[in-house]
Order: sequence, then C-alpha cells, then structure tokens
Amino acid sequence: MPLISFTDKGIFCAQGNFYIDPWQPVDKAVITHAHSDHARPGSQSYLCHRDTLPLLKLRLGPYNYQTVEWGEKINLNGVTVSLHPAGHIIGSSQVRIEYKGEVWVVSGDYKTEPDGISGVFEPIPCHTFISESTFGLPIYNWKPQHEIYHDIQNWVRSNEVAGKTSVLIGYSLGKAQRVLQALEEVTGNIYVHGAIWNVQETLLQAGFKLPAVNRITPETPKEAFKGSVIIAPPSADGSAWMRRFSPSSTGICSGWMQVRGNQRRRNADAGFALSDHADWPGLLQAIKDTGAQKVYITHGFQSVFSRYLNEIGIDASEVKTEFGTEDEEASTPTPEAAQ
Amino acid sequence: MAEHDNDIKQENPSLSPQVGRAGGMAEFAALIFSLGTSTKTNDKLQALSTYFSHANEKDKVWVIALFSGRRPRRTVNGTQLTAWCCELVELPVWLFQECYHTVGDLSETIALLIPDNKDSSTYKASHSLHYYVEQFQQLEKGTEQEKKTFILQSWQELSSQERFVFNKLLSGTFRVGVSQKLMVNALARTVQLEPNIIAHRISGNWAPATTSFEQLLSEQSTQTDFSKPYPFYLAYALEGPLQDLGEPTDWQAEWKWDGIRGQIIKRNDQLFVWSRGEDLITDKFPEYTILQSKLDNGIVLDGEILPYNDGQVLNFNVLQTRIGRKNITKKNLQEAPVGFFAYDLLELNGEEIRHWALSERRAALEKLVASLQLSWLQLSPMVTFNNWEELTTIREQSRSLNSEGLMLKRRSSAYQVGRKRGDWWKWKIDPLTIDAVMIYAQKGTGRRSNLYTDYTFAVKDGDKLVPFTKAYSGLTDKEFAQVDAFVKKNSLEKFGPVRTVKPELVFEIAFEGIAASNRHKSGVALRFPRISRWRTDKLPNDINTLEDLKQMLELYGK
Repeated sequence: MPLISFTDKGIFCAQGNFYIDPWQPVDKAVITHAHSDHARPGSQSYLCHRDTLPLLKLRLGPYNYQTVEWGEKINLNGVTVSLHPAGHIIGSSQVRIEYKGEVWVVSGDYKTEPDGISGVFEPIPCHTFISESTFGLPIYNWKPQHEIYHDIQNWVRSNEVAGKTSVLIGYSLGKAQRVLQALEEVTGNIYVHGAIWNVQETLLQAGFKLPAVNRITPETPKEAFKGSVIIAPPSADGSAWMRRFSPSSTGICSGWMQVRGNQRRRNADAGFALSDHADWPGLLQAIKDTGAQKVYITHGFQSVFSRYLNEIGIDASEVKTEFGTEDEEASTPTPEAAQ
Repeated sequence: MAEHDNDIKQENPSLSPQVGRAGGMAEFAALIFSLGTSTKTNDKLQALSTYFSHANEKDKVWVIALFSGRRPRRTVNGTQLTAWCCELVELPVWLFQECYHTVGDLSETIALLIPDNKDSSTYKASHSLHYYVEQFQQLEKGTEQEKKTFILQSWQELSSQERFVFNKLLSGTFRVGVSQKLMVNALARTVQLEPNIIAHRISGNWAPATTSFEQLLSEQSTQTDFSKPYPFYLAYALEGPLQDLGEPTDWQAEWKWDGIRGQIIKRNDQLFVWSRGEDLITDKFPEYTILQSKLDNGIVLDGEILPYNDGQVLNFNVLQTRIGRKNITKKNLQEAPVGFFAYDLLELNGEEIRHWALSERRAALEKLVASLQLSWLQLSPMVTFNNWEELTTIREQSRSLNSEGLMLKRRSSAYQVGRKRGDWWKWKIDPLTIDAVMIYAQKGTGRRSNLYTDYTFAVKDGDKLVPFTKAYSGLTDKEFAQVDAFVKKNSLEKFGPVRTVKPELVFEIAFEGIAASNRHKSGVALRFPRISRWRTDKLPNDINTLEDLKQMLELYGK
C-alpha cells in the first residue's frame, strides 16, 4: 500500500489515518488553505497553519481545530506531518508527509513568486510530489507582480482623469488583498463588497496589517463612490449591484485574463493577469526543485502537463480530484462564472 | 500628492498599457488593444481620433488602409509560423496545438509563447507600423529563409501585444471590430472634413505604401483616380410596421437580390468593376467587358452581380463557384453565367448625381439601360403595389424568384453614404428552418476560446444520423456555457480538437437558402446557417429527416 492513495473522499494517508483537503466529511482533515474547494465542512477535526485558522472559522464555523507553525513536526500514528509555505494565499501550506524515510509532498495550490502577503513558497525535497496544474500551459507566463501592480495603478489613474470610478474584480480571499496592496500607493479612498469586508475584518483581528477600506452597504450614498476605487468579488460582476458605481470602468484580476478571449467574453474594460497560482515556468521549477522521482498532477491542465513532464524525463501521472470547482481561478471561466 | 496628480493630468489621458514602450508599432498595438477591450462606441471613437492626432503620417495611412479592408496579403502560412515558434521556444508541436485550442487564435498563441526579451538591446528597437507592413510586402517574393529570419528577429524585438498585432498582419488575418464608418468619423474629427467627403476620398484604388496622408485626403485624389467608386448606400432592416412608412406612393419597392453588390464605372475610356468590399473585380467578369465600348465616359452604375441565365436569376450557389478563382476559364463562364441588375445611377455624363431624387435617377437609369440592349444587363424590376397589405402578399413570392425579400426606397431619397436609417429599408423574408441534433462540437475562437461553441448538426435518415451543416452563432453566452458543460460531460470520442457528442440536444437551424452539393455527405449545402433556438422541448427522435431536407432542396434549391 502506498503511503498516500487517492480515494473518493480525497487524498488519503492510510498509515496516519488522515485526509488532505477531503471533499467529504472525515475523521481527520489536514487543510492546505481556506478556499472552499480545499476546506469543506463536516469533518471531526482539522489541522491547519496558524494563519489559516481565523479564515477557516469564518468560512466553516466552529469545529475542532488544531494549528501548527510552518516547519513544526507533528506525529500522526507514526507518520511525521509538517506544513510549509505555498505562497498561494495567507496561511496556504504544502503538506509534507514522512514515514520510514519515504517523503511525499502535497502542494495544495501554490504560487512561486513571493507576493509580500502569503508567505514565500518553499521547495521541499521529496520522493513523490502532488502538484496542481491550474495554469499548466506555456502560454501562462506571468509578468512580475510589480509590473502588474503598475498596470493596475496606471489604469486607476487614467480612469480618474476620465472621471470614472474604477471597479476591480477579484476573489474575496487572496486576490482582493493583493489588489489592496497595489492600490495602497494610488489611493486611500477604497470601498469593498461585503464578502471582501468580512475577510478584511477577520485578517485585521488576526493581526494582519491591511490598508483601511470602507464597506459598501445599501445605505452608502452614491456620491461617496465618486473618485473612489471599488473592489468586488466575481459574483458581483455583471449584477445589478454594480450599477451604483456608474460612470465606472471594470477591471478583472485573474490569471485567465492572460488570454484575450476570456477578457472579451467577460465584457471587462480591462483585464489584469494577476494570479494566485504558479505559471508554467513556476510549476516546472517547483517540480524540478523537489527532486521527486514521481509526480502526480491534479486539477487544471493535468493531461497535457503530465504528458509534457514525461517527455522531459519526469515520471508523471494525472489524478482526478474535486479541487478547482469553487475558487474562481481554479476553473476555466464560463460566462456563468461571471454572474 | 496634489502636485503628483497634476503631473499625471498633463500626460496623455489614454495611457498605454505598456509603459515605457515607444515607437509606431507600440502605439498601434495599444490602439488595437484599446479598441478590442472598450465596449462603448464613443470610447472607440476617442481612441481612434487620439491616435490620428499623434501617430506618424505614414502609419496613419496604413491604419486607414487596414481599417477599410485593405489588408496586406498573407506572406507566410500558419504551419510555418507554428514551426518557427516551436523552434524558437523549444516546445513540441503537440503542446503548441494544445495551447492553440485554449487560446483560440494562432497569432495570440505565438504572442503568448514567446517571452518578452526585455534585457536584450533589440527589444528596445522596435520599428514603426509602416516599416513592418512594407517589409511584408517586400518579403512576398523572398525565400523561406529570408522570411524566417525577418520574423524571428521581429518576434524578439516586439512586446507581447505588438507581437500579436504583427502576427495578425503577417498571416493576413487582421480584422478589427470597428466599422469603416467609425474610422472615417474619427478621421473627420481630426482633419476637420465632412465624413462623407473622407469616405469618398479614401475609397478606390490606392497603394498605402506610396500614398501620403496629405495626398490621400486631398481633393486632387478624387480627380486623378478614375477608378474611384462612390461609397455604397446600405439599408438597415425594417424596424417598425410598414404603415409607419407613410404613403405607399412615396415608396419604390424592388426585390432584394442575393448576389454581389457592385459598381460599374466607365471613365477615361476605362471600365472598372468594384465589389461592396471595395475590391476591384473587373477581371473576374469578362462578360462586362463589352461595356467599355458601349458606355459613354463618366457613368457609374450601382447594382447586383447575379448568377443569371435566359431571363432567370439563379441560386447564389452558382456564383460561388466563380468567386475566389484566380483565373476564370471558359467552363466557368458557361457553368456560372452572370448578369448585372442595375439599381441606381450615381454619375452621368461625368457629373455626380447622388443628390438627385431617386425617382429622377431611376428615370435616367431606365433610359440608359434601354439604350444598351444587353440581355444580361437588366433594370432591377420595380414591384408595383397599391397598398401595404398587397406588398406583404407579394413578398411571399421572394424565395421562388431567388430573392431574399424586398427593398423599400423613398422616391425622393438622395444616394447616401454608408448604412443609414430613414430612406432605404430592407425587408427580408423569414429564413427556412429545420430541427436537428448536435453530434460534434469543437472549441471556438476569439471571445469563445476554450469553450465548445462550434457545432455540427445532423438530421435523421432511418436509424442513422446524417451530418448536414455546421453553425457557430445564435445562442446567448449563457446558453453556450450550458452547451459547453454538456459537451464536456457527454463526449464520446476525441478527434484532435473535435469531440463527438451524445446526440441529445436539439436545435432549430435557420438558413437563407439551400442548394445541391456533392461535397457534402447529405447532398445539400445551406446558405448562412445559424442556430435560431434551442429546442429544449424536443427529443432527438423529433428532429427532421434527410427526406425533409431533400424536399426543401426540391422546392427552393433551383
């Protein structure tokens, strides 16, 4: 029996009797990060990184939680488990599993470029690596973060000159905080959707420092938005809720914006390919750095990416998981996702 | 902070997304991207007129050319571009193909696969738009190696956006979602001339590489270019009830013919034939040559080039066998005879008469056509009617005459420029429809990239399903998303980019015409097929049969 197996409940370690990011309720769940396709309710107990805890409580409610620091080793039925930064969102971790000298690493979602908020991705040497492949095609080659921030800032300024309110669309947990980081340099007048406000409050209470924002409520007068910048989640894009910001210009922040067709389909005025996932060179580098003899590729372009890895001499197989169904970025956007 | 704001306002308000890039190609690419993303006509107009007031003279001439359908010819093909790109970025061709199916556009795929080489000195040395386009023209006769060297060099000195536009120009696929009218309006704003005058001056036969901006827009140009056609007057589809048009006696009705709209020009002892797409097609219609001697100088006819024989208008499909051929053979001429149905007279005795009332132009046209006595040159017949009800009944005969419906023209109307409401209306007949089941799906391109939006449909033939048409349009974005999800869940097999799908979804397919075809399994070819609605109320068993299609062919396919 291999140390890790893929079951209908999720990625399972039989020896340690725990699951990683299970999609059905289990006894013991080790959680990589707080996005809803990786952290689902109903399990008996959860193990996660300290910074993930407040977000899990926000998303799942009260459960039996246990937290660890990055690099802290704990023993689950003889299996050594530790979490290591994945650089995807705040608290996001890779899970290292060691038993009798054999090491597996489950990446969860990861990003190799440091963003200044989410922790710095750490390559972990292992025998077997389970990697995501959300953007596993060579067309996904991100610009450096500071350049994208620069683009966003310029866009906000040119909207300002044209007398338009800038509305930036980004996932409430992860992307919204990075957008805030970019905006900090150009404006102090920021309004956010309730979903983003909830995450913001949770993070502030947990001791994170974030630029101040105002919450948009039904009572907020329309005039207040004039000259401000709005951050809203993808679910709000195209809804009646957006009308209050007119005259406005909408910019979507997502890795999918790398391809023009997606941007046009979403009818956005601007698209910024700002992603919380690794790009093609990032995925390749991460996999090579683990030195793994065997790689399993999950959610994303798994068949293409594993075929390519095999061609360049890395033994890879694709695995079907139920990740990538909730997080906006983790699934190919359809017009529905924009609603 | 206040000072900082002021600094910004002094800059060009339409900030280019590529800060720090200069040079003509960068500006042009920024223009194309801003036109591609802006959803409002006014923003597009603004972007264009800003461009026209800043760009260098030679680039402006090329932009006018490109936006009025004067695309450079394709210098290399997709296979070559794919191979050279794979070689440059060291990726296997299969992986390139996977990327292509996700991006849905070859030019963009290449633009994304090649990294911006910001550290190299060549990156900073990108050239102007006219440099690249004129290089293409020179390369047309070059060797494959010369082409490759130029393209690889260019790819590396351009940014990703510029590379995209460069590839579009190179592969002859440059299209822009902006009408010629909008470009003309933007130009009018910048050079302070009437749009109608500009539309006329930029029409006709001119070479962007050797025409200066000044020459192009000067009055001189209209006088020296004898071939220059007038901008076509186009009609919108009728919007309200016929009664709203007022008195029937104020209106002239004609059949709406389904051929190639064209102008025949005789000036300076030369004959020119133009298509509506502003292509000079004189050579394609040797039948018309006789007009060179028969017509006086200074005559311009507007009309329809139609497949026509022995007093009968034929199916458009007949004409299609001639379109696109480089050389017209005797056999072509025999198998696909053409006529010209004259609608209007725009110039007479060297005098422009577009401002005359239609009734006066028509009278002059009738006289002219009668004097020529050519069997293939006909007046587009007027449809006589006493009241709107009568006209509604007459319209029912359209299909049996191989016409698409009716045209309504106000008798007092001048011949205007471009598509205008008010005086001319087209009133097309309802399309033919057939219920069919989807059996294959393929990912779309452009804004439908990575979504299954291109479908093949089948009708029943006993127990078998016979594919008979493809259709790409007619569903809403939401419906496309639902069908896309269905395809992903119900694929049976994968043949390259094509999926065979469980035959379950039924659609009503609308089309304008039907003709026999030996190139299709079903034996028929449809004209303008599109999805008219999703028949969620029907099961695959309820669809039409091959027999139904054959009956339609019998009725309408002649």
